[in-house]
Order: sequence, then structure tokens, then C-alpha cells
Amino acid sequence: MSEPKNSFLSPFVFTLICMAMMGGLIGLVAGVANGSGPLGLISGALFMFLISFLAIFLRQKELIVRYSICFFLIIFGFLFIGIIGVFLGLILGWFSGWFLYWLNLGRYRAKLQPYLSAGQVLWHYTFRVICGVIFVFLITPILVVMPLSFNAQDFFTFTPEMLRFDPDGYSLKHYKDFFTNNEWQRSFKNSLLIAPVATIVSVSLGTLAAIGLSQSHVPFKRAITAILISPMIVPLIISATGMFFFYSHVGNFLEDRIGLDKNFVGYVKVILAHSVLGIPFVIITVTATLVGFDSSLTRAAANMGADPVKTFFKIQMPLILPGVISGGLFAFITSFDEVVVVMFVGSTNQKTLPWQMFTGLREQISPTILAVATILVAISIALLVTLELLRRRSERLRGLSPG
Amino acid sequence: MNFTKTIMTTASAALISSAAFAGSHMSMEMTIVSWGGAYSASQLKAYHEPYSAKTGVTILNDDSSSTAVAQLRAMNEANNITWDVVDVEAAPAMQLCDEGLALEIDPDTMLAPAPDGTPASEDFGDMLVSECFIPQIVYSTTFGYRTDLVGDNPPDSVCAVFDTKTYPGKRSLFSVPINQMEWALLCDGVAKSDIYDVLATEEGQDRALAKLDTIKGDVIWVSSGSDTPQLLADGEVIMGATYNGRLFSLIEEQKQPVAMIWDGQVMDLDGWIIPAGLSPERQARALDYIMFATDTQRLADQAKYISYGPARASSAPLVGKHADLGIDMAPHMPTAPENLSRAFLMNYDFWADYRDDLDAKFQAWLAK
Repeated sequence: MSEPKNSFLSPFVFTLICMAMMGGLIGLVAGVANGSGPLGLISGALFMFLISFLAIFLRQKELIVRYSICFFLIIFGFLFIGIIGVFLGLILGWFSGWFLYWLNLGRYRAKLQPYLSAGQVLWHYTFRVICGVIFVFLITPILVVMPLSFNAQDFFTFTPEMLRFDPDGYSLKHYKDFFTNNEWQRSFKNSLLIAPVATIVSVSLGTLAAIGLSQSHVPFKRAITAILISPMIVPLIISATGMFFFYSHVGNFLEDRIGLDKNFVGYVKVILAHSVLGIPFVIITVTATLVGFDSSLTRAAANMGADPVKTFFKIQMPLILPGVISGGLFAFITSFDEVVVVMFVGSTNQKTLPWQMFTGLREQISPTILAVATILVAISIALLVTLELLRRRSERLRGLSPG
Repeated sequence: MNFTKTIMTTASAALISSAAFAGSHMSMEMTIVSWGGAYSASQLKAYHEPYSAKTGVTILNDDSSSTAVAQLRAMNEANNITWDVVDVEAAPAMQLCDEGLALEIDPDTMLAPAPDGTPASEDFGDMLVSECFIPQIVYSTTFGYRTDLVGDNPPDSVCAVFDTKTYPGKRSLFSVPINQMEWALLCDGVAKSDIYDVLATEEGQDRALAKLDTIKGDVIWVSSGSDTPQLLADGEVIMGATYNGRLFSLIEEQKQPVAMIWDGQVMDLDGWIIPAGLSPERQARALDYIMFATDTQRLADQAKYISYGPARASSAPLVGKHADLGIDMAPHMPTAPENLSRAFLMNYDFWADYRDDLDAKFQAWLAK
């Protein structure tokens, strides 16, 4: 790019300005944390400016320059902050070295189309930075929880020992509490029982409803859909209040007239209530997949002598399975996360994990909640990954995608 | 196709096993409602575990005491009472009793006498504030402060809370009028004996709020007993109000740099009620549990795990050492003579009459 523009803003000046801005930004953050923003801004900018100035003169020896920036910042961090400073210095040193060369040698254009204007290149990277910032915004609250769950103290606080990476500041005692405490174990088992069964009920009923509603001869289709989907739209607390009174009567009837066991009735009540909440998700996802379903296939099956049940399981079900599975996943998460309805409808015997976490948070702020949260995040990730792998495998087997 | 089949098989297996699992529970169990945390843990050790060992009854804990009144009302309306014994403070117990939601108790026939034969009505004495209420512990709401943030001048008076010059920094208070208004008047120069007379008047209420106004900008308002310990541990507040047992746990068990101000501690009672309308079988079991759990030895045992004073006169001499730490518990009780001397007794009758009005007034003031 030997445009006349380059003489106006040479790579040299451009790099210096960018590096100074980056240093200023980091300095500002550090400065605000230590009480003086403007001072941090100016010293950070000056610092980076000087480093970049020196580095550009020695730029032929890239490796040496980048290692020495790293080394310098590690020493600097260790002297001023301590052990954590070493990590920060390492990250910052590596990043600023990379950033310096990236800017100065024009590497930022290497992977882009050569005809893009400067504004387009700028936007290309700004867009990625914005995406990154949004990602950080979404994920940080979850990540903060994880180190805190290894706290040796009973508070939601980063202790000085933890910040110094002192092993004494960390412990597994909150995990031990989760696995040995009766209340936590009972609620964990309840969650593992209620959520899958509620999922199965809502998937069966929701799929059936979606298939029925996709038939052309059903009258009042829109009205029926609206009613079936209403649990998703009505505020949960209102559904919960209504369900409380409704299921109290149902429960009394089942216990007193039919003579079923009190605990069994309790589980039935919670499972039915959760199924009602899960059904709309299944209906929506299955209806969406049914749009692409070719109904001449069922006619062809009937033509060859298959009864409707066989047609459903052999022809229709495999084709709409992705929709059924993702609907089921939503239904599972709805039930597994649910705290309002279960507190109204269930009794103590049906206490689920979210309920236990909720009361634990209200009555005693204990990091056991964070340990459970960490375990749940791990389980959710494992679950999603497994499902995705299964889905890909079945697609590959059926030859739907090149794999 | 295999995949579909697997899903179907898993589904039916889960359904069948869940039915079997749920059906295998027997009804030899009762649900006891309490406050959670260290308090429920102390009841588990002192009452539930010995009772289960003696009778074989399984006890389920439900940490819902903070919403007990509303939930009992709803359960009563739906005719679906799932609780057997409920731990509440004295004031809600009176309220539940007035509404007919709690069972009336005759102390001399339904509660155990003291070991020397003193009937329960005399052993509990003044603690029996309502016909439905079975007292369990005396606790107090008081202040803890960070020892490392107050310098060489540790506070000794509850009025340090209002002294933002000597003790600059945030302080945490409960976002309810009870206790906060009494403390405000006390520190505005009203004598302890006159506080409720002053608070009964419009001017007195305004005076309390005006005193609270002087520190409003420095207050973090909390709603649960666990908030202040967390704030103190974080160093976010220099001092804060919570229950004395929570502060004991923060100081002695968690070893945080915190100390207590016993001055102006407001004493309150906590105890059991049995919901009205249980089936005869469940009611008999609940009464059997209460008879066991509120005898002299059991009440003294609870003090091994948490620093709340037993409600029976005959339990006090039996209070021993902390179960894990081995320290003497008697000096940590709100009822210990040196702590009691500067205490402040809450007037239940006053709050029963004025609570709704003052709640509304206080919330309006908070929102200003």
C-alpha cells in the first residue's frame, strides 16, 4: 500500500499513538482502582509510548524485543504488586509485544481483502472487539463464582490469601459439604428425579399437541395454540398461585379418596406442574420443525400399509427428532431451574436444588451454593456437548450432512 | 431408529423407577420449619437427631420461617397443611394464634416439667407470651464492628452507630422499623423506660425518623440475618446489626476481626408453634416432639452449638461448653448477667398495635 496517505500517518506515528492509547486505557483502570484515574492515564500512556519508541528502533530482532518487553513487565509487576503482578505482567507483556508488531508491520491487513479501505479495516476489528466485550459481559458473572467456590472461608469474599495464591486460602470444604450434607443431597436427588420425568411428560404431550395442531382440519387452531402456550407468557408467580390452589385440591383428592401415598402424590403434583411449564417450549420447537415436514411421506407410508402409529415412529419421529430434542432440552432446563412453582406446589419432601439454593442464599450466605453452581455449570456443559455430539453422529449416520 | 428406541426405553425406565422411588417413602416422618443456617444446624444436633434416634421418626427440615405467617395462611385456605412444627418469633406466634392458625398449648400438661418437678408454666414463666407459643430461646439483635477499622477507640455504646464523626464508614441496619426506631430514640436522649411512650406519639415517631435521617446516607439496609455478617467479613461496613448468634459464629467460628457491642441489645423470643388443623395422628406426633425438644436438658444442649439463651430457668445452670470450640458458652448468652444489664426489652404489645402503621411510615421514609 504505497498510498500518499502513508506519508501523512506513517506506521511509526500510528503505532506510537495506538500503543499510548492502550497504555493510557490500562493505566486508567489501574489508576481508578488505586484512587487516581488521570495520573494512571498519563503514566500508562507515557510508559507505553516510551517502550514502543525504543522497540521500534530495534524492531528487526522481533523475538528479542518481545521477550524483553515481557521480562521487563514481569519484573515491574512483581516489584509493585507481587505474585499476581507476575501473571499480569506476563499477559500484558505478551499482548503489548504482539500488538506492537501487529500494528507496526501492518499485520492487521494480512488476512483481509486487499481492497478494503482504512475505515472498513477499522470496523472489521471494532466489530470483533464489541463481540468480545459482550461475551465477557455475559460470561464473567459465571466465571467469578468458580474461584470463590474454593474459598476456605464461609463468605463470598476473595480473601487476601486467595489473592496471594496461598494454598491455605483454598479448600474443597464447600464441595465436601454438598456431597455430605443431607439437605443438599436430598434436593439434588429430587431435582434429578423431577426434571427428567417432567421432561418426558412434556415432550410426549407437547409433540402430540404440535402434530395435532399441524393438521389442516383442526378447528380453532390459533385459539388452542394460544392457550397451550400461555404458561410461557403468564408471569410465573401468577401461574404458581393458581397451581398451588388447584394442585392442593387434586392432591387432597388423590390422598383421601384414592388413598395414594402422600409423598408419591407430592411428586406427581410437582411433575405435572413442571410439565405444564415445559410443554410450550416443546410445542414451539416441534411446530417449527413440522413446517419443513413433507406430509406426502405419511401418505406414502399409509399407501404401503403402515398404520398411523407405525408411520409416526418410523417416518415422522426420526425426521422431527432435532426439534423434539431441543424442545426437551428446554423443558428439562425449565424444570431443573424452576424455583417459584415448586415452592408453592411442593412440600419439603419435594425440595429441589434451586429451592435449597434459594433458601440457603436468603438464610445463610454460604459458598456451598457457589460449589453447587460450579458443579451445575459443569453438568450443563457436559450435557450440551453430549447432545450435540449425538446429534452430529446421527446426522452423519443418516447422511444428512457431510460430517 | 435405534436412537428413538433408546430414548423411549430410557423414558419408560425413568417413569417406573420414579414411581417405585416415590412410593417407597413411609409416612413415619414430620416436617419441621426453621430459620436455616447455623440455627437449624443447632436444632438438628440438639433436638432432631436425638428424637429420631429415640422414636425412629424421620425429620425433614424446611428453612421457611421467614415467610411462615403467609405460607400458613395459604396452606390453611387450601386445606393442605404440610408442616408439623414451625419455629417462629414471639410476635408472629401471637398473630398466628389470634387468627386461629396455631394450636393452643396447655404448658402444664403438654410440656415437660423441670427435673425438680417445677411445672413448665413456672419454669418458662414470663416467656409464655401467647397461648400457642412454646418458647425455645432468647436472642438479641445487636451490633458488631470491625476491630481493624475503628482505630484505638472501640465503640462501647449503641449510639456509636449514629456517630459518623468518630466512626466514619457505612453501617448496616435492618430495613424495618422494629429495633431501628427504638435505637434512634435511645440515642436521641430518650430514657429506656420512656421509649415506647414516646414512640406511641406522632412527634415521637417523627423524632426517631429525624434521628435516622442524620445517618441515612451512611446506611446499607439489609433484610436478612446473614447480610450483615457477609458485609462485615467483606469490610464493606464498619458496623452492622444482626442476631447475636450470627455475630458469635462470625467472631468465634470464622475468626473474623469483629467484636460485639452488647449495649442496647434488643431481646426477643423465638419458639415453636404447632399449626392448627393437623390430622389427630400428626398432631399427636408434633406434641410428642415438642414435649421432648423443650425439656430442660434439650434446651441447654442447644446452647452447645449456638449462643442463644435457653428459655427455661432450669436450663441456665446446665449450659456448658461449645461442642467444637470448647469455650464456655455462658458469657456469650444474651441472658448472661453482664450482657443483660444494658439490654433493652422489646414491647410486644406495642408492636402488635403499631406495627402496620409504623411499617408503612418507615417504608415511606426509606423511599424518600
